[in-house]
Parts: sequence; structure tokens; C-alpha cells
Amino acid sequence: MSKLILTVDDSASMRMLLKASLTAQGFRIESADDGVHGFERMHEVKPDLLITDINMPRMDGFELIEAVRGVPEFRGTPILVLSTEFSDDKKARAREAGATGWITKPFEASKLGAAIRRVCP
Amino acid sequence: MSGGDELDEIQAIFFEECAEGLATAEAGLSAMASGDTSSDVIAGVFRAVHSIKGGSGAFGHGALQAFSHRFENVLDEVRAGHIAASADVTRIMLNAFDILSDHVAFAQTGGSAPEDAAMLEQLDAVLAAKGAPAAEPAAECAPAPAADADEFGFTPVMAVIEEFDPFGFEPVTVDLEDLTATELRGWTVRFGPSRAALANGGEPMLVIRELEDMGGTVTHVDTSRLPGLRDLDPEDGYLVWTVGLPASVEEQAIRDCFDFVAPDSLIEIGRDEAGASEPAAVDMPVTVAVSAEPERPALTLVADNVPAAPVAEKPRAEAPAQTIRVDLGKLDQLLNLVGELVIRGSILSDRLSPADQERVELPELSRLTRQIQDNVMSLRAQPIRHAFSRVPRMLRDLMGETGKQVLLETTGEMTEVDKGVIEKIGDPLTHMIRNAVDHGIESTEERIAAGKSAEGTIRLSAEQKGARIIVRVADDGRGINRERVRAKAVERGIIASDAQLSDEEIDGLICAPGFSTAESISNISGRGVGMDVVRSNVEALGGRLEIHSVPGQGTTFSMALPLTLAILDGMIVRLGKQRFVLPLANVIETVQPAPGQVRATSPTSEVIELRGNYLPVRRIGEMFGLPCGNQPEDCLVIIVESEVAGHVGLMVDTIDNRREVVIKSLEDNLHPIRGLGGATVLGDGSIALILDIDALVVPASSKFALKGMAA
Repeated sequence: MSKLILTVDDSASMRMLLKASLTAQGFRIESADDGVHGFERMHEVKPDLLITDINMPRMDGFELIEAVRGVPEFRGTPILVLSTEFSDDKKARAREAGATGWITKPFEASKLGAAIRRVCP
Repeated sequence: MSGGDELDEIQAIFFEECAEGLATAEAGLSAMASGDTSSDVIAGVFRAVHSIKGGSGAFGHGALQAFSHRFENVLDEVRAGHIAASADVTRIMLNAFDILSDHVAFAQTGGSAPEDAAMLEQLDAVLAAKGAPAAEPAAECAPAPAADADEFGFTPVMAVIEEFDPFGFEPVTVDLEDLTATELRGWTVRFGPSRAALANGGEPMLVIRELEDMGGTVTHVDTSRLPGLRDLDPEDGYLVWTVGLPASVEEQAIRDCFDFVAPDSLIEIGRDEAGASEPAAVDMPVTVAVSAEPERPALTLVADNVPAAPVAEKPRAEAPAQTIRVDLGKLDQLLNLVGELVIRGSILSDRLSPADQERVELPELSRLTRQIQDNVMSLRAQPIRHAFSRVPRMLRDLMGETGKQVLLETTGEMTEVDKGVIEKIGDPLTHMIRNAVDHGIESTEERIAAGKSAEGTIRLSAEQKGARIIVRVADDGRGINRERVRAKAVERGIIASDAQLSDEEIDGLICAPGFSTAESISNISGRGVGMDVVRSNVEALGGRLEIHSVPGQGTTFSMALPLTLAILDGMIVRLGKQRFVLPLANVIETVQPAPGQVRATSPTSEVIELRGNYLPVRRIGEMFGLPCGNQPEDCLVIIVESEVAGHVGLMVDTIDNRREVVIKSLEDNLHPIRGLGGATVLGDGSIALILDIDALVVPASSKFALKGMAA
């Protein structure tokens, strides 16, 4: 069974782009459009990997990661941040919240795939 | 990526998001300019610009990405409170917004790239004033994709490695006997995952496997720190692996493996050097902790896991409706199909007897059809604020250009209108506002001299009235100078010098083709687009433009727009052998006139007496040149409410029935015909023309003559 990834991004074009890039590499993709929906979808989908944006309305990526990590079931789920942000303090904050890794947008599909395989066997 | 079509489609959505983002940013910046610098507003602007930046990178719009990035830097500092949202800063950001809009347009449609150098300097100056390094962060986000090293991963890992190099890293080689004496100086990598590396979903085994996939071999595992089973914490890191890798492997490839490893882990990468083995190094407690926030080491995180429930619960309480983005073409198709369904329903009810209709439950089917239709219509409806949102900024620009002071009052911006209407009223609205500022509102001195407030007011409003949306632009300026308008119209040959015109008719002249009252073509209204274009734009939408002006008190432009562009509740009437459709929303009542109830007041005009009132009556048949020799008492008079002339009676031969009709535009194939709003297919397959009431009730004199009636 191919790996199931939940992508959370408030931009529809970004969600579509991720889905197109990653399904082409054999991943299965589910998506949500903000942190609140992302957190709900986590419970429904129980993905092998969560990829989330940082700047989103209602519940941002940091809050989402913290919320997900607070659920015992998801403590071991790898979480990658995919954001245009790249400042060290944001990355540190993500790490502190419980992110596994950070990928800076824009991404190259092949490298994104490699990065995913690095955290998601 | 599978196929260019898909990418094009996603890109189209991206530009839609850009448009939404720009509207949000503009609304936010406008709010800031009027003094609302709350964090929500600023965060909204930031997020909008941020999203544009994110997508622009993904789709390779380098210039847009670079500019939005610099803009975002400033917004980020404003958001963080490091830069005050002063009037000056807001003004610069508003200007930056303009350039950003240009960049989006450039990315979408090409043409010449916007000139943004001066704007970038200003943005950098704002940043510099705060003391932040201005140009430096921008360079990191050059249009070209970032360097590999930056592409993935937490920078702290990179920092570790780079910091090590200057010190001439001493490679650690342990038990190298089984390595064949390092022919080409291979790599030795030591990896001791920290406790944090095992938290956060980290899996050190994957790193080791990746190194093995590159040809690496685990040469040693240091288990010296491993405690006894009783003291073992399965979530802590105790082991240090040493992996030998062939010399052919790129150093960067090795580093990439550690991208996501927690920064306080032990990571050492070095070239083997013959004879340089120092087993002592194995025990050396080289734990490299380079973290952006060293005061809060990641080590404590697992223990301190924040209970997430409160975080999750709060936003969920306000859970808004979920949305899904649908291609507009699909909605239109659905709308068309519903239209066909309505027609089929009509045909069925025509062919079946009332008893049969009940038997096959046709009324129930009709009710469902009606519901589907309402639903589909609502899918296309959007608040008119999408069209209104660009007005405040335009007004500011106009105030700058003219030096006039204008206050904007907006009401009814949540009124919902068909998306197609919203898209098309932008231009007419823009021109009406321009016209109001340029011609309507007086200069400050003039206003004070006239005893008015120094600041002019423009009221922008929208309201639903029956099946129409009325959008008004009202100014409290000088009103239309009818003397001058009349003189100009005569001069331009639009009217004869002896023409007798009412005030309303004179006002209407400013919408006549080729008319311009501005004595000197101003920069604002004189852009080659006259009010005639505004009127034809509105009419093309099936709407009507009305002007109401009171000298000295101001002018009101009203656009009466159809709520929907597709389906109409209509009354089928007969004129001679022809059938026509009257929009039911306009119908007030139907009267069978008694003899003498309809009287002629002149050879060309008639009135009907109704409960003591006299209402004008029009014989529609005559207007369309249909034979109509009937006496009024053999006809029916339908009292309709019109936007332009209040209640008016329309004389028809008879009424067939009431029916929902699907509007088919005539304009795709025919020149617009005054008095006709479209056509439809009736239940029996025959075609009926849809009457345009507002055009019909206008006195059959000047206005018709002005535009010429094509029928």
C-alpha cells in the first residue's frame, strides 16, 4: 500500500500542485485547507505523513503541529513543514512544536519526494 | 506533474487566489489607512501577500515572487510590531500594493514587467528605519530556486557542519581494519541521534538506511552509553553509529540525509585520513547543540508535550462551513441543464391534463425543480462587496489627483448578486465614481463658499428590489448643470437646438454617445470612456442606468441590475398572434378595464383610472408595430412597477398563464432591441420574446428617439 499523506495548505492551487506532484510519485494524497480542518482530517485519515503550511487562517501550522503531537496516536507521525518562510526562529518554533522537518517553498517535485522518503519509510 | 493542462488549470486557480488575495490586501490596507491597525487587519494583509509569494514561486513567476517577498518582509515587521503602521508606512504599502497588482497582472498576461526598483528602495528604507537588514533577506529569496543546501531541512544542521569545517575537522575512524585501508579517502560519518531526534516522528534508522543505500556500511555502533534495561528510556538516544561511505559519494548528499535530524544530535562527517584514526574521539562528548533558541533545548520537548485539546477545541467551536472550489464553467453547465429541466417541466404540464399532472406527481416534480434552480442560482451568487472593495483605493487616488476631499459611505455590500454581474459592473462602477469625483463633487473652496461641508460625500449602496439589484452612486456635489449639458448636446448635434426636453431627458444626455461636458479633458474622466459606454455596459447586462440630479445638491446614478442572468418567473401574455413574457416580479395587478376607465389624454397617450389614481397606459402592441385594433375594454391592462416610471399600465390582448422561463440572449445573434430583454422557448416549443418593462414604460418620445429603436 502506498503511503498516505495529508497536506494542509490554505491555497487551493498549492494543494492541487502538491497532489499532482506527489500522486505522480506514487503517494496517496488527502488534503485540508486550514489547521482546524487539518486536525479533523488527521483523525479521519490517519496519514503516514503530515505536510503542513505555516501561515493559514484560523489555526496556523505551528498550532496544528502542537495539536497533532498532543494526540498520543500521532506522536510518531512524521510532520513536514512546507512553507515560504525560512527564518531560523520559525524553523526552531516548528521544531519545538514537534515538526520533523522543514521544506522551503517553492519545491521541486523530485526533491520533495526524496525528503518525504527521508522521514516516511 | 501529469500533463500541462493540469498545471494550467492549477495555475488558473492560483491567479484566482491572487485576485482574492489582492482584494483582501487592499481592503486591509485601506482599513489601515483609515486608522484601523488592529492585528487582525495587518495579519490578513500579511497572509494575503504571503500566499501570493508562495504560489508565485511554485509557478515560476520570479519577478512576482521577488517583489512580494520584499513587500512581505515589511509586512512581517509591521505585524510583529517592530515597525509602526504609521500613515507614511501605510501609504508606502498602498503604493507597493499597486506594484504588486501590476506584478500579478504581468505574471498572468505578460506584457512589460512593472518598474519596481523605486518601490523596492522605499520598502527597504522602511525596513532600514527599523534597523533590520534590508536587502539581505531579499537576496535569499531570489527568483531562482534556492541553493540545494537551503532547499530542505533545518538550517541549524547546516550551521553545525559549516562551523566545524574551519576548525579542520578531525575524522574519527574506529576499527577500520575491515575497511580496506581507505583507498581514496572515503567518508566516515558518526551519527548519535539525540532524544529529540527520536521525538517529533523522527526515525534515525531511516538515516542509516539512506546512508547504506548510498553504499555506506555501518562499521561500529557505540553502545557504551546504553544503560541497563531497568533504566532504559526507549525514547532516548543512546547509540552512536559510525558509517563508512565510498569516496565517490558527494558530501552534500551525505549532509542531505541529516536534513531532518534534530539539531542537538551528534553528526560528524569527515574524510578518512590514513593514520589519523583517533579512537579516543569516540568517547568525546561532542554533542553539537546549535539551536536558534538554545535556552529552550529540544531535549525537554517530549516531556513537556503541550496538551493540545484546548488549542484544537477553540477554533473548532466556531467551525464555519467547509468550502470547495468549483470551476465556473461547470456551474454554468449545471445552470443550463436546470434551465432545460424547467423547459421540460413546462412541456409536460402543457401536455398533461390537470388530473394526469396530479397522477404523475408533476407538482412535486416542479417544486423540486424549483428548489434545484434556487440552489444553483445561489451557488453563483456572491456578495457585491467583491465589486465594491476596489472603490476606496480608487477614491484615494482620485483625491490625490484632484485635491478634493471625499468621504465614502458604503451600504448593502453583503447584497448577493450573480458572479457574472459582479464581474461586469466593475468598469461601470469605476467610471461612475470617477465621474462623481471629477464632475460632481466641487473643490473644497467651492463647497465652503456654497455653505457645504468641506468634505464631499459619495454614497455607494446596493439593495435588492424584487428581481433586481439596485446599485447607486450618489454624490452631494453640484448636480448636473443642465444649461451647459443642453448647450453641449446642441453643439455636438445630439439634439436639435429647439428640442423640448424635460430635466430628466437633459440629464440623460450625458449618457449619449459622443458627449463630454468636461471643459478641459481631465486626467480622470476624460479617458476616452464616456458615460455612454457605462450605459451600454449596464444595458448589456440586462440592466438600466438612471440619473437623478438636483442642482446644488448632487447627482445619483442608479444601476438596476438583474439578480440572475438565467431564469425568469414570467407571465405569458398575448399581443395579436404573438406571445410575450412579462417578468412577474414587475407585475402588480391585472385589470379588466370597464368602458371609460381608459381614457386618451392626447392623441398619443392614455391613462387608466384606478381607485382614484390615474396611471399612464401603454399599448405594447403598437410599440412593436403589431396590429391592435381592440377597444380597451376587450383588452387587459397589466399594472407593472417600473424602476423609471413607477406604476404603469401595459395593455395586452390576453394572459395565457404564469411560467418560469429560461432566458436566452438575443444579443449573441441580434443587435440589442430596446423593449426586449431576450427570448425563451415555451412548453409547446414555440418561441416567445421577453419584454423589458423599464424600456417599455419610458415615454415613447425622446429616449427612444435618442438611441433609436431597432424594433
